This record gives sequence, structure tokens and C-alpha cells, in this order.
Amino acid sequence: MIQTITFYLFAALLILSAVFVIMARNPVHSVLWLIVCFFNAAALMILIGAEFIAMLLVIVYVGAVAVLFLFVVMMLDIDFAELRAGFVKNFPFGIILAIVLLAELVLGFGAYRAGGLDIGMADGTAAPIIGESNIESLGALLYGRYLFLFEAAGVVLLVAMVGAIVLTLRQRSEVRGQNIAHQIARRPEDATYNASPETGKGVRL
Amino acid sequence: MTAFFVDLGMAYGWAWFLATVIGVMLIALPLMLGVAMIIYADRKIWAAIALRRGPNVVGPFGLLQSFADGLKVFLQETIIPSAANKGLFLIAPIITFTVALLAWAVIPFGPGMVLANINVGLLYVLAISSLGVYGVVISGWASNSKYPFFSAMRAAAQMISYEVSIGFILICVILYAGTSNLNGIILAQVGHGFGLVNGFVFNILLFPMWVMFLISSLAETARAPFDLTEAESELVAGYQTEYSSMSFALFWLGEYANVLLMCALNAILFFGGWLPPLNIDLIPWFDIPGIIWLLLKILFFFFIFSWVKATVPRFRYDQLMRLGWKVFLPLSLVFVVLVSGWLMLTRYDGNAYQSNCMVARGAIDGAPVSPLCRIEDVQ
Repeated sequence: MIQTITFYLFAALLILSAVFVIMARNPVHSVLWLIVCFFNAAALMILIGAEFIAMLLVIVYVGAVAVLFLFVVMMLDIDFAELRAGFVKNFPFGIILAIVLLAELVLGFGAYRAGGLDIGMADGTAAPIIGESNIESLGALLYGRYLFLFEAAGVVLLVAMVGAIVLTLRQRSEVRGQNIAHQIARRPEDATYNASPETGKGVRL
Repeated sequence: MTAFFVDLGMAYGWAWFLATVIGVMLIALPLMLGVAMIIYADRKIWAAIALRRGPNVVGPFGLLQSFADGLKVFLQETIIPSAANKGLFLIAPIITFTVALLAWAVIPFGPGMVLANINVGLLYVLAISSLGVYGVVISGWASNSKYPFFSAMRAAAQMISYEVSIGFILICVILYAGTSNLNGIILAQVGHGFGLVNGFVFNILLFPMWVMFLISSLAETARAPFDLTEAESELVAGYQTEYSSMSFALFWLGEYANVLLMCALNAILFFGGWLPPLNIDLIPWFDIPGIIWLLLKILFFFFIFSWVKATVPRFRYDQLMRLGWKVFLPLSLVFVVLVSGWLMLTRYDGNAYQSNCMVARGAIDGAPVSPLCRIEDVQ
């Protein structure tokens, strides 16, 4: 009973906050609603017993990704008039996107009504072993059966990261970089000397 | 405690509910009292190092100073800047305070003395401590003022940077313990150093990890020398500039509760938590309740925190970023490889790992069952 109540509570909150993400006028509020959204998704994960995924969702999305979103959005100079002016221009595009999403939803629900997709293999290897904790069964799968796919995903992410760095890297010759080792190795005797200049002569610069 | 209420003739669900509520009270109320005393201790240590007396007027030895401060703050007028984003401005300190309390749910105070004995305990702590940044960022933005905003920007970048290396350090510990349950991690440390000392810190591969964890936990809680978020010479009071009264007090309490949490994590992950320091039974070490050992270790780390605060000058922001990204991140990454390589060599058949898990499961039977570890209980 309480499972059903909590499920509907979290699911309703999830959808409500998702609606607020797009309804909120202020982008910062949107990001904060998105965080509430992530939280409720994590709570739903816990309800189906996937506590590891739930924690990862909070660590990765709430702890890192959403903070970066917030970081960027907070620095935006929000001009509401301009936001509304863009509305008419982007309206047809938005309609197309909405239709695509609607079609996906209809397809998804249709497929779901036709019967659940059986992800586990017939020989039972991919199905979680009862009694094992989440982390252990996930680890056994990721580092055993799906090792190649897992590493391939890692390589793809690495390539994406290198690509992002290459695209944004600028060699700026006019800026003098900071050499920490050089700075630490500098001693007073390298930088200072005592001088007793004669009157009117000045000192060496 | 659930069993006690069941014996009194309650239904299991209600007994569990009541036991959990009492458990929350038993953790939160002493924690608040502890925070008040730890603020006093912080000021006293700082004063002693600076050759001052510190608070010594209110109560005997000034012991009631924190309560006097709390009362003063409580009686102040709450001022909300007219240009502030009112809702978020008021929510921000509540977030900081709540998040600081939440993580204590999984901290084990003794064998079985834990509110929620979940499998993913360490990940839960990491998840919750990564939320701490929201209180700071939201307060900085909602204040609609220059200095809090700068502070929020700094806090966001700083906390994310150090969380990355903290994550890698925690992975090393999890690899060694073979579990991410905090009780399991503590039990994996029994006699870890030469069979004599309890604690991962006496492992040559994990000692550098502990040093990095200590420094990272200073940065993660924005304590001196990494308190760039509230550098008073640059940013007035940082993100708390516009706050007054209770909302300010909530920041204050949350901050110190976070510091205590980081001290507890240092103790649990590397110094054997509620285990006595030595694994010898010459003196009846093990008869002393675990909570006393844990509290002593927390106080020891808090002393280090205050000591560092009183002696080390503040970092410059670019140096802080350099330390996080260019020193700690590569170093911790190298150590993840080293630790997992060493474990591959020594525990290749996986027996050691299995036995660790068994120890953890056998020992946590008496713990209150949280809904999160129901899967574990199926077996």
C-alpha cells in the first residue's frame, strides 16, 4: 500500500516539477525545478530497488551537471522582452519538436501495452542474481558480460572529452603563463640586492 | 530499537517508524549541541594559537558562549533585501542546514548503532555532500548582490573541483574494503596495519590518499585555508553577506555540522571509525563503547581542522584550482590504478573480497533495517 502511495507521490511530483521546468519564466528557477525532478527520479529508482543507480543519479546529475547548468544560467543577463520576442520565431520549430515527442510517447505506450520487453537473456545470465547487492550484480555485469561495450562507451566519452578540449584550446602567445616551480624556486637573493647609490645618481633598474 | 517496540505489542510498520523517528532525534539533537560546543572549541583553539584568551565571559570558561550567540541571533530582526528573490533567499539556508544533517543518517556510531545501514552508504554520503553547494550557490544568486554572487561562483567551482578527487579517493577505499557500506568499511580495517593497528591509513598505498582526503575535506567544507567563498578581505562575508537572524544561524550550524561530518568521514574511512586504534587485547580496548572511540577521533580531526585554520594563510583562487585539478586529480587517478593493480595481484581469486563482505553482513545483523537494505535481507 505505502509503496503505491509513495510511487504516485514521487511520480506526480516528478511530472509536476518537469512541467515547471518549462513553465518557469526565470531560467534559474527552471534549473532548480530540474533538480527537484532529478531527486524524484532518484526516489523512484530507490522504490524499484535500484539504490545504486539512484545514488549515481544524485551524484552525477544533481551534484555535478546541474551545478554547472546553474553556474552558466546564473551568469546569464536575462532580458525577458527578448525571450518573448524569440517565441514567435521559434514557434514552428517548437511545434515540430512537440509532435515528435508526442509520436514517441504514443509509440512507447503502444509498445508497452503490447507486452513488456524482456531484457534478461533466456539463459538467465543478464537477470540480477537474487541476494546480491546492486553494486555487486551491476559490477559483475559491466565488468564481465558487457566488458567490451562498457570499455567502448568509455573510449567514446574520452574521445568526446579530447574533442571538446581541442575545440576550445587557444594558444595565446601574448599571455605569460605561470610557472609554479619557477616561482617557488625563487629565493630572496635572486630578486633583491642592497644598493647605496650616491646622491643624484639613482639606482639600476 | 525496532525489535523493542515490536515487543511492546506494536505492528512492525509503526514500530519501525517510531524507532526511526527516535533515531533521528538521537542523532540530530546531540549533533546540534555538539556543533554549539565545537564552535566554542574552534574559537578557543584559535585563540590559544594566537596567544589570546578566547571566549571566557559567558558561563564557566565561556562554555555558554555559543548559546549566547545563538540567542542573540535568534532575537535579531530578519532582513530580506528588497531586490532579493524572496523564496530562494529563504530556502537557501534551510537547504544548507538540512543537507548537513541528512548525511549523518548513515554514519555508524558503533557496531549496529546506525540509523540507515544501507549498501550504498559511502555513495549516499558523497551524493548528499555534493548537495551542500546548492545552499551556497542559491543564497549567492538570490541575494541579488555583488559579493554574495562572486562567492557563489567561487563555491560552485571549488566544490565541484574537489569532489572529483574525493570521488577517486573514496573509490580506493571501497576497493580495499570490498564494500561501500560504512560498517563494512570499518570492519575491513580490523588489524589492517600489520595485524596490529586498525585503520587504512597504515597502508602505504592509502596513506597518501588520506593526506589528500584531509586537504580535500578542508576545501569541500570551505574551511581555512580554502575559505575563498567567505574571504572577508575580498568579499565582505561571502554568500552570507545579506543574511541576518535565524537564516544566518542556519548557515552557521550547517557549516559546522558539515565540518564535523568530514571529520567523522576521515575517522571512519582511514582511522577505523568506532574501532579502538590498536588490535591488541592487552588493555581491554574493545570494552570501551565504539561511540567513544569515534567521538575521540572526530575531536582529533577537528583539532587538526582548527589548527590548520589558525596557522595557514588563505590560498589564492588560482592556486586552489591548480591544486585540485593539476595535483590532486592526476595523483588520485594514479592511485586508483595502483590500488586496483595491487588488489588484482594479491586478491586475484576474489576470496579476500568475499570474506570481507561476509564479515560485514554477519556483523550488521542487529542494526535497524532501513527500507534501502531490504534487498540485502532477502538472502
